[in-house]
Amino acid sequence: MGWLTEAVWSPYAVGAGIGILSWFTFLISKKPIGCSTAFARTSGMLEKIFRGGKVEKKEYYKQFKPEIDWEWMLVLGIIVGAFVSAVISGDFELVWIPSKWSSAFGTNVVFRVFIALAGGIFLGFGARWSGGCTSGHGISGTLQLAVSSWISAIFFFIGGIITAFFMFYIIGMWG
Amino acid sequence: MKEYNKVKKDKKPLIAGLIFGIIFGFLLQKGGATKYDVIIGQLLLEDFTVLKIMLSAVVVGMTGIYFMKSMGWVELYPKPGSAGMNIIGGLIFGAGFAILGYCPGTIAGAVGNGYLDAAVGGLIGIIIGAGLYAAVFSEIKDGILKKGDFGNITLPELLKVNHWVVIIPLCAAIVLFLYWLETAGL
Repeated sequence: MGWLTEAVWSPYAVGAGIGILSWFTFLISKKPIGCSTAFARTSGMLEKIFRGGKVEKKEYYKQFKPEIDWEWMLVLGIIVGAFVSAVISGDFELVWIPSKWSSAFGTNVVFRVFIALAGGIFLGFGARWSGGCTSGHGISGTLQLAVSSWISAIFFFIGGIITAFFMFYIIGMWG
Repeated sequence: MKEYNKVKKDKKPLIAGLIFGIIFGFLLQKGGATKYDVIIGQLLLEDFTVLKIMLSAVVVGMTGIYFMKSMGWVELYPKPGSAGMNIIGGLIFGAGFAILGYCPGTIAGAVGNGYLDAAVGGLIGIIIGAGLYAAVFSEIKDGILKKGDFGNITLPELLKVNHWVVIIPLCAAIVLFLYWLETAGL
């Protein structure tokens, strides 16, 4: 069982594993893997704490009720599964600043967290705008050959590649 | 007793979701997709791990799921879309993908892996971003989101061909592309 504690598996083995996993989510749960609606529901649940039942009258939350569902539990499971995998392979570490970030933008923790927060806002907003994320559109949608998902996935990478090049080769070079 | 059975029945899908999530998170971590450096490496076109994972998941997942569909075992759930949704939303998502360095699924894995920038900054940002979208949704839903609407169509339906006519060449193209990546040393 040594393979379970190896730090890195071949990306092809991991990808095939995710493909097989999605057979079972379709068969057993009748759902494709996806992650971003969990964040929309969480946001609705938090808003409910402050504003009460009014939140459920918002049009968007009528579609995506602010409650814990299958996909919310899936995202919770990802945290657990990644934790288990990292711990058993000795790869778990508490890190504020990833090394590729620090090599371009330095080691200021507040700056990194601030930019991560800003990036997260774009990501959450864009995921709900396009109707899915790298899992929901990028894997589950493309494997169903959905036109919406192929277009989204292609534009995720176009937007991501342009922004990453701008950050690392234009802004990063100044700093 | 009836009430109890109802609750029990409602919990089952949640437990299944949790178990699927644990396996998914385990795989993402083993693949390195829970790491900022790997994701940014992909967007800078230096490290193709993320695409290798995604494309091999698509080949395996697509073949199996379309086979099960032709046997009548599963249904498909293609998402509806439009040019306004998928192009503009995709570009906004892409910008966030690069600025943050994680996506909504891999950030959960990054949290489990111990990355605090993901847990403290990114996770909260995604929740805020999704909340902002809920706030503007009723303003944009009949305008920009409807531009170039094409519904929940799939590629075989669009091309009016049997799904295997799309799947077989697509799988071949993906395998060739991955083979090319390996021979190019990427």
